[in-house]
Amino acid sequence: MIQSDTRLQVMWNRLLAVVEEQGQALIRAAFSPIVRECGDISAGIFDAQGRMLAQAVTGTPGHINTMAEAVKTLCARFAQCEMKPGDIYMTNDPWIASGHLNDFLLMMPVFYQDTVIGYTACTSHLVDLGGLGMGPEGSDIYDEGLLIPPCKLVSQGEVNALLLDIVKANSREPIANEGDIYALIACCEAGSTRLVQMMQEFGLTNLNALSDYIIDTSRRGTLDAIAALPKGTWHHVLKVDGYDDEIELHAALTIADDHLLLDFDGTAPCVGKGINVPLNYATAYSVFALRCIIGADIPNNAGSLDPFRVTGPAGCILNAQPPAPVAMRHTLGQMTPDLVYGCLSQALPGKVPAEGASCMYDLPLRHAPEAVERGDDLFALELVFNGGTGARPQLDGLSATAFPSGVWGSQVETTEAVAPVLFHRRELRADSGGAGRLRGGLGQHIELSASKDQDLMLFLSVERLKNPACGRDGGLDGAPGRITVQPGNRQLPGKGEVRIKAGETLMFETPGGGGFGRPEERSENAVQNDLRAGLISQGMARTQYRRQT
Amino acid sequence: MAIDIGGTFTDTVLLDSASRVVATTKTPTTPHRPALGAVAGATHVLKAAGADWRQVTGFIHGTTLATNALIERRGATTATITTRGFRDILEIAYERRYSQYSIDLVKPDLIVPRTHSLTIGGRMDASGQELEPLNEAGIGPLVAELRALEVEAVAVCLLHAYANPAHELALRDLLAQHMPDLVISLSHEVSPEAREFDRLCTTIANAYVQPLMAGYLQDFEARFRQMGLACPILMMTAGGGMTTLDTAARLPIRLVESGPAGGAVLAARIAEATGETEVLSFDMGGTTAKLCLIDDYRPQTARKFEISRAERFIKGSGMPVRIPVIEMIEIGAGGGSIASVDRLGRIQVGPHSAGSDPGPAAFGKGGDKPTVTDADLTLGLIEPGRFAEGRLQIDQNAAQQAMARDVGDPLGLSPDQSAFAVSEIVDESMASAGRMHAVESGKDLSNRLIIAFGGNGPLHATRVARRAQMRRVLIPRDPGVGSAVGFLFAPVSYEVIRSRYARLDSLDIDGLNHFFGAMQAEAEQVVRAGAPEGVLLQRRIAYMRYHGQGHEIEIRLPDRDLAASDLTELREAFETEYSRQFSRIVPGMTIEILNWGLSVSSPAPAHEPYPDTPTEHIAGATEHRQILCDVTGTWRPAGVFNRGDLTPGAALKGPALIVEAQTTTFVSADFSATVDGQGNIWLTRQEEDKA
Repeated sequence: MIQSDTRLQVMWNRLLAVVEEQGQALIRAAFSPIVRECGDISAGIFDAQGRMLAQAVTGTPGHINTMAEAVKTLCARFAQCEMKPGDIYMTNDPWIASGHLNDFLLMMPVFYQDTVIGYTACTSHLVDLGGLGMGPEGSDIYDEGLLIPPCKLVSQGEVNALLLDIVKANSREPIANEGDIYALIACCEAGSTRLVQMMQEFGLTNLNALSDYIIDTSRRGTLDAIAALPKGTWHHVLKVDGYDDEIELHAALTIADDHLLLDFDGTAPCVGKGINVPLNYATAYSVFALRCIIGADIPNNAGSLDPFRVTGPAGCILNAQPPAPVAMRHTLGQMTPDLVYGCLSQALPGKVPAEGASCMYDLPLRHAPEAVERGDDLFALELVFNGGTGARPQLDGLSATAFPSGVWGSQVETTEAVAPVLFHRRELRADSGGAGRLRGGLGQHIELSASKDQDLMLFLSVERLKNPACGRDGGLDGAPGRITVQPGNRQLPGKGEVRIKAGETLMFETPGGGGFGRPEERSENAVQNDLRAGLISQGMARTQYRRQT
Repeated sequence: MAIDIGGTFTDTVLLDSASRVVATTKTPTTPHRPALGAVAGATHVLKAAGADWRQVTGFIHGTTLATNALIERRGATTATITTRGFRDILEIAYERRYSQYSIDLVKPDLIVPRTHSLTIGGRMDASGQELEPLNEAGIGPLVAELRALEVEAVAVCLLHAYANPAHELALRDLLAQHMPDLVISLSHEVSPEAREFDRLCTTIANAYVQPLMAGYLQDFEARFRQMGLACPILMMTAGGGMTTLDTAARLPIRLVESGPAGGAVLAARIAEATGETEVLSFDMGGTTAKLCLIDDYRPQTARKFEISRAERFIKGSGMPVRIPVIEMIEIGAGGGSIASVDRLGRIQVGPHSAGSDPGPAAFGKGGDKPTVTDADLTLGLIEPGRFAEGRLQIDQNAAQQAMARDVGDPLGLSPDQSAFAVSEIVDESMASAGRMHAVESGKDLSNRLIIAFGGNGPLHATRVARRAQMRRVLIPRDPGVGSAVGFLFAPVSYEVIRSRYARLDSLDIDGLNHFFGAMQAEAEQVVRAGAPEGVLLQRRIAYMRYHGQGHEIEIRLPDRDLAASDLTELREAFETEYSRQFSRIVPGMTIEILNWGLSVSSPAPAHEPYPDTPTEHIAGATEHRQILCDVTGTWRPAGVFNRGDLTPGAALKGPALIVEAQTTTFVSADFSATVDGQGNIWLTRQEEDKA
């Protein structure tokens, strides 16, 4: 007598809880700092046809859609009738998993009453896969480390020891890698156990009715959101710094009755360094940006993702083909939301934020090669800093805040406790937020040096040194980023390897976000508050906001 | 005597020397002068017990005043002083958004605006070495700025002060010379842990409520002394221990969230009395439900919680406070939680709550939104005539109408079906939160005993238990005033957690022993003020992890100086616990430790021998009510019992309702109930009896 939809909703809620549990279990056991600090993982549950039913909401959007597609690929590769209970499949192929070799994807068939009723899958960032390491310097994928094509990692509960040995033998961090792979296995198994428990508790024999309900409800909700949008095609070009030369990213966004199509046609070709982006990863960030504005309340699954389609000519830098190097695919991948918003803001004026710093300002620091001989401190730090986000149609941008990425920044005290670095300053950069009716978020000003008599190695891959975040609707641009070494004011390029000598200071200034609306229209109250708080200078109030001061 | 001042009610409990509850009362909280309501409650229980003030030999107080001052922003005008070059610790925080898809998110208000963020030169490094002396010449301009801003309280948080507090102490002395009335909180005293953002936030929260709390505590003490109270007043802390008025006035942040902690202390006490080593306490009230894992009779503790969340139930949206606390997860699921239907046709319950004012639709006090209480009424689980001891006129039609309008009509469900669905959703969300919390803690739920209390805990416990695949529930006596009863079982205690980075394989043992010695002296001094006599217990903890991991594992150290010979055992203890949580260890990986804890406490009151449960006898229902059964989904009769009539040994089968003054225990159809020698109700799920 109780309507079955409520029961289905309870089960949907249960699946959403199960994937969050899986995700948490994975984050807790992971060794990679980017996983710990940023939740750079994904965990999901799929039906027997490989359709994604639920995905954990984790720290970075880089896995949205990618995992849904990856599981379909693996399902097509391995026949269901060959699968046995306790089997787990694995790959880190960037074009299947998540855009670079560090991301490992595992998939496990879930058996109930001797039948495959679905799959659990998860992805996590491993610390090191050999090659030249995490940096843009590789000239092809072979330089970047070990690629494992789709294969069976666990056979009926038995881990393939040779495979694990190969992964360890090809890594600078074999113990952490092994730990991470076991964490992934545990995550798949936990999801599988919970799913089976749910089948028992609710007396199900298959997931068909539940998966139809989830997918239909989500698709319908997404289509309703799309129906409310104007129809047509909008174009935008975003210029980015690139490695050596600036690069143009092109997009055409078509809003049709029952889907959105994003086409990167016209985008520049791949370059010879590892900032190229496989399409699955460009799709992840593009779809994330769209879903922030269109149907943000609907969970990720095959139904809600299906109406979002992304394409681009093979070989363009947003649809890199093997063997292009892709290690730092996130540098440009994180710029795609600004590209997408350039299109969407034309369709939805007054609804889309201005451009932000967007690309995270990673600051990976390591000891210099001679440190071992000299007896210096050996260390590897993966610091992440951020600039300001773009001003929003109703709110100022957020200062020193990650978007689109969901990373966490680091703390000075814990950093100084584990590595020979000393911070001299970390404060907001006054005047860096683009002026506008709504102000862009501010970037930050960081100064650091070695705390001991040793050199530091820095591996840069950041954007917006040459191309600042543009304002929207009359808002002005945010300040570009700036990276220099003092004394001497040596300007560093945004990408490449740098040595900071003992006694030198690195000045690392992250970009501000763009403003929204004309600065003259900013309320007097808001301008005065910014002045009092020291977020803008008197000069800026006069010249850009046109106030008498 | 224990007094728990909550936002709405003040609970007062009187125990005799054998730890038996002799009188309890709930009086309305008097927000402008909270001590007045407390005096009223105290007078009432003394009269009820026929006792007088001279007979009161212990007095424990818990209050939400500090919490409310933080929520309602009624604290002092506060400024911060941080190290030069680091003015924006608050603004920069962790550089993150707490909600992934929200374009319009607003960050939490962290009390001190940038205009009030000041700095001073001087620098320590991570090991506590001075790199640059404190800029004493800068004090003049600093004082001028503080005066210009009309600052009442200041939070001082200098980099690495946890490793060397010399600059903070010197700065305090300089400030006090110039501004004797300024209230000063120092980060190394409030929260000596590394991570400047968290430590600064904690110090700010402490400074912000300090003037208010100091005044309140003074007034409270004066009033009770005037009444004739002769024994010392001890304050309940968030860590589940008691502390003196002096410590409370100096570190009022430790009083925040002390009420719920009392509930967990009570549950732990019952766990110990009944020999239950794995427990989940479940405290469901009008606005929220709070869950706490209790292992080996100790509530799980944490070193951090959040206040002032921008979105109340979103983790990471608030201001972190790093102090030792009993760890509880709070879900927006209470009797007043509002049910609605979203645009996908999904039922949502909470986190918005109608609270007690205007309250559920059935209260007829102006609330017209359907709530969990309205659903329980519609399902027949609450007797309208006996709700809140008959003080509230319950309008069942209003409940049904609200349910029909906001849930039934959009989904094509009858009011009954809607109420059933609302119950399923809210019970599932509590069960999921419990499972999630267990996973995050590396623990399992299924074999645990639920100890349920609060106004709605006993009503929802069997439904939540089934969804969490748990089989046993205990309802203590006086479940409506559980927190205040818990206060009376708390030890006098103080815990210090301090940062000092080390690797297990290169531990400086002498240095560490010296470090612990200082922590011990600090903690003992605080505890001795409240427990001058008798032995004190000590616990030393290392928070260990594999290098590269973020998740720390709490490992108990011997309660004495460490020796080199202990290291092997510590490694083994870590590996044992790690493999319990993660099913394997990681051979060859370095083990590191950043934080160390030490707590000193007086022993808890001894347990009376637990009485045996007499032979079971079948209890007879006083009447039957029609309820919509949560197992079969059909209307069927449930026996109604008065809790007061159930004597030890009484046994009954669900579906049944056991009614008492402040709550009703719902025994689902798949559960049976027995009353033990202590008067606790045990509910057990019968797998085979699903009829």
